[in-house]
Amino acid sequence: MSAVTSPARQASSGVRSRTFNRIVIYGLLALFAIFYLMPLFVMLVTSFKTMEEIQNGNMLSLPHEPTFAPWIKAWSEVCSGLTCVGMKGYFWNSIKMVVPAVLISTLLGALNGYVLTKWRFRGHTLVFAMMLFACFIPFQSVLLPMATILGSLGRFGVTLQNATGFNFGLGNSTVNLVFVHVVYGLGFTTLFFRNYYEAFPTELVKAAQVDGASFFQIFRRIMLPNSLPIIVVTVIYQFTNIWNDFLFASAYAGSGDVMPMTVALNNVVNTSTGVVEYNVNMAAAMIAALPTLIVYVVAGRYFVRGLMAGAVKG
Amino acid sequence: MARRAVSDQPVLDEPMSTVAETQIKLTPEHDARRGPSVRSRLQDLLPKIVLAPSFAATIVFVYGFILWTIYLSFTNSKTFPSYAITGPRAYQRLWGWTFDTDPPSSWYTSITNMGIFGFLYIAICLMLGLFLAILLDQKIRGEGVLRPIYLYPMALSFIVTGVAWKWFLDPGLGLEQTLHQWGWTSFHFDWIKNKDFVIYTVVIAGVWQASGFIMAMFLAGLRGIDGEIMKAAQIDGASTFQLYRRIVIPLLRPVFLSAFIVLAHLAIKSYDLVVALTSGGPGGSAWLPSNFMYEFTFKRNEMAVGSASAVIMLMTITAIIVPYLYSELREKSR
Amino acid sequence: MLRKLIIGTALATSFAFSAHAADVKEVQMLHWWTSGGEAAALNVLKQDLAKEGYAWKDVPVAGGGGDAAMTALKAMVAAGNYPTASQMLGYTVLDYAAAGVMGDLTETAKKEGWDKSVPAALQKFSVYDGKWVAAPVNVHSVNWLWINKAVMDKIGGTEPKTFDDFVALLDKAKAAGVIPLALGGQNWQEATMFDSVVLSTGGPEFYKKAMNDLDDASLKSDTMKKSFDNLAKLVTYVDPNFSGRDWNLATAMVIKGDALVQVMGDWAKGEFHAAKKTPGTDFLCYRFPGTDGSVIYNSDMFGMFNVPDDRKAAQVALATATLSKSFQSAFNVVKGSVPARTDVPDTDFDACGKKGIADLKKANEGGTLFGSLAQGYGAPPAVANAYKDVVSKFVHGQIKTSDEAVTELVKAIDDAK
Repeated sequence: MSAVTSPARQASSGVRSRTFNRIVIYGLLALFAIFYLMPLFVMLVTSFKTMEEIQNGNMLSLPHEPTFAPWIKAWSEVCSGLTCVGMKGYFWNSIKMVVPAVLISTLLGALNGYVLTKWRFRGHTLVFAMMLFACFIPFQSVLLPMATILGSLGRFGVTLQNATGFNFGLGNSTVNLVFVHVVYGLGFTTLFFRNYYEAFPTELVKAAQVDGASFFQIFRRIMLPNSLPIIVVTVIYQFTNIWNDFLFASAYAGSGDVMPMTVALNNVVNTSTGVVEYNVNMAAAMIAALPTLIVYVVAGRYFVRGLMAGAVKG
Repeated sequence: MARRAVSDQPVLDEPMSTVAETQIKLTPEHDARRGPSVRSRLQDLLPKIVLAPSFAATIVFVYGFILWTIYLSFTNSKTFPSYAITGPRAYQRLWGWTFDTDPPSSWYTSITNMGIFGFLYIAICLMLGLFLAILLDQKIRGEGVLRPIYLYPMALSFIVTGVAWKWFLDPGLGLEQTLHQWGWTSFHFDWIKNKDFVIYTVVIAGVWQASGFIMAMFLAGLRGIDGEIMKAAQIDGASTFQLYRRIVIPLLRPVFLSAFIVLAHLAIKSYDLVVALTSGGPGGSAWLPSNFMYEFTFKRNEMAVGSASAVIMLMTITAIIVPYLYSELREKSR
Repeated sequence: MLRKLIIGTALATSFAFSAHAADVKEVQMLHWWTSGGEAAALNVLKQDLAKEGYAWKDVPVAGGGGDAAMTALKAMVAAGNYPTASQMLGYTVLDYAAAGVMGDLTETAKKEGWDKSVPAALQKFSVYDGKWVAAPVNVHSVNWLWINKAVMDKIGGTEPKTFDDFVALLDKAKAAGVIPLALGGQNWQEATMFDSVVLSTGGPEFYKKAMNDLDDASLKSDTMKKSFDNLAKLVTYVDPNFSGRDWNLATAMVIKGDALVQVMGDWAKGEFHAAKKTPGTDFLCYRFPGTDGSVIYNSDMFGMFNVPDDRKAAQVALATATLSKSFQSAFNVVKGSVPARTDVPDTDFDACGKKGIADLKKANEGGTLFGSLAQGYGAPPAVANAYKDVVSKFVHGQIKTSDEAVTELVKAIDDAK
């Protein structure tokens, strides 16, 4: 820790010790980068090799005859059960479930955090603590009771549809999954936003109230625009968790045409017989991880500093 | 102008400070002259109305289901839930298994592994995440490249992480074999095949996956700290080390709380990682309580025992989290 | 109680529909046959049904020998969305039947003559309370040896008839520098091998008493201790890297010639087929020494659920197609198992398959057809998993002596009963 420099010390530190510090920092960062990248390197390199090369060769060596065949197979030919349309068939299923779930749970989390910090009421700490507990419940415990409730909702939806002619979407597997993920994501999103808003200067809110802004106006005009870092963290977390969830996906949406990507990936990778096609499996796994990775890269641009600097002085 | 009549003149409890807490109380008393109008009542209630659905959902879908699980643990549920209370036999069995250490029972293995894994996983992720975040915050060139590199492992599902590391750590197929082929023949790393060390491989894979995200959380926290405070402290003559220890890290306490909760949640959820990485470990030596619960509830058709184990897990977490939460949250509401 | 409410609501809703809905020509099938060979085998059924105009809605959930699939099934049943049928193992069928969610195929059974053609031991699981609730698809047996012929010839080995012969054979392989025994160190593989060891050490009567009847005296006996001794002996012939290895990677060792023999069920034959190997030329299949004449079996069954009336026709079509002689032959040739009906001609089967069919017939008639405890057909899953735990701990050294193993086994099984 003593190796880090700080801007105010530029004048006092000698150039040499500053360079030394920089080298140490970059060195450490590079070392860790290797640690994080190694398995990815293995996965990537394997996905471009042929099966013979994998079985006879070295895990870390570069492919002698790189081939795109595993990727093509993973994208459009690989079989999940009896359906052989590759991973592309299930992409949309995941997207149409994850995006609403992330948006809704993030928005609700932001509102909850806002209420819990800027509009306190008696017992707000207890309410917050109680909501936090949702983060610890093991999903296997809720699988069956939730299934029962979803089933009842589905039948209720059918009754509603017969009565009114409108399909409210109850019992639709995508709706079910969105609902489940929102409910169990609320603990985290509320936590993230609440802690962030805790440190948010209340003077701004107060000032806005003096100017006559309403609850929602303050939220929209003041809280949200200044929440970029925590929105990024929340979106990353929720997107990752919901995209990669297997348990709920297989239990509530396991049917061939509606299954999300994770279930399909499991069917591809977790085969227990036959020659295990490592190259195709690695390619499929990376295709499955791609949207999350894109979210990370895009979201990273919002990790900006200094949003709060000078905001109070105004 | 009508808005002014609304009774939400903020009441200041304490003097302003840049990061201090300020409570805004909504007090109808200020409107005593006019009496509370329907509109003002609504405005008062609005925040609670906004919070209500989430809170209600938590009550039903979290606490309701916890109660259901507790109820089941006192029944004789096997494959399916049965609702006739039969007594604490599930707990008695678990209690007996807690002391079966030679050979270790699955339950004993699960709880000792949870202690080892939980502690190491959370501690290392927190330290590593904080360390990397501080490093990255030093105006590093190429931060945009390094950040996704540290973060991306979280994008991979547990199953994929487990399979990748399983390969990597297999003495016959992975790192050991590669290093042997490259000439370093005395290198041995067969933890994954060793019943006493296999849990540490789970720690390695878990830390690899999650520490980048913890780093992102700390980085967001660091970015949210008002630069003015840091400058002020430096002008006062604080060294870098003191700066971080006395000012920055205490300011990051809410992030520690969030990170701890995220890590605890991931640790509880690590069922897939254990199975994919170790297939349970030699003789079942890598089991975590989530594996135990899954196995007993869904494979052995012993739902009562599975529920009891879930309840015990929850109680353990409560015992750790509640004091922590209490100390963290209590301070804030001065 | 809650279950009855669910069923009641489901039935009520379905009745509301059956009045005016036409038959849904769709079959919804939950299974975990997701890899190449198995999926191809199941595809035969899909095509057979397509010819009759039924659409196939696939619900595949891979992994863990059906664990994930069974969890998904539980959730589906809890929600009231029954699939038409699901791949299930014996005791699971009985559990669901006891819960009252299975359908009734007795009429179809009578029409097709299942009573006479399906072995009695299987009927124990597919018939509940006099009603047919499941259609068996195949019969796997676990007491097999799979040997690489080239390696066998090289060391000059012959078919081992007794356990001591087997040990001598393994010694020969060791001396020749080949890994004698290919084993994957997962608890089910170790326990599957132990099933055969018990049968070989104690004979059919002992196996039945200990592994199916769970008789305490047998479990405590010296014969059981000797079985553990024999298992320990076998484990000395395994390579040091065996822990955690998947079963098909162990088979691959034998296929490639890195190892001499694997003790595994006949689904291993599917691997040899996929690698284009022929029995007799490339590999040999023998019964585990000392077990010839008996068959330790497990079976995949399609449990039929209590679907609404408009789906019943599709269900009947599925069941009939499953137990049709043509499908039984086509499917099992690919899968490596033998048909679940004893009256299917064995013309399309290879040498090992023919032997398997003949063995099954003999065992069925002679009363030496036993459920595999390791594979979930000897006793309910709670007992079976406790058994697997003990065997695995013994193999990996957490249980150090055979005496201790016997004590632990008795304790575990009693606790799980």
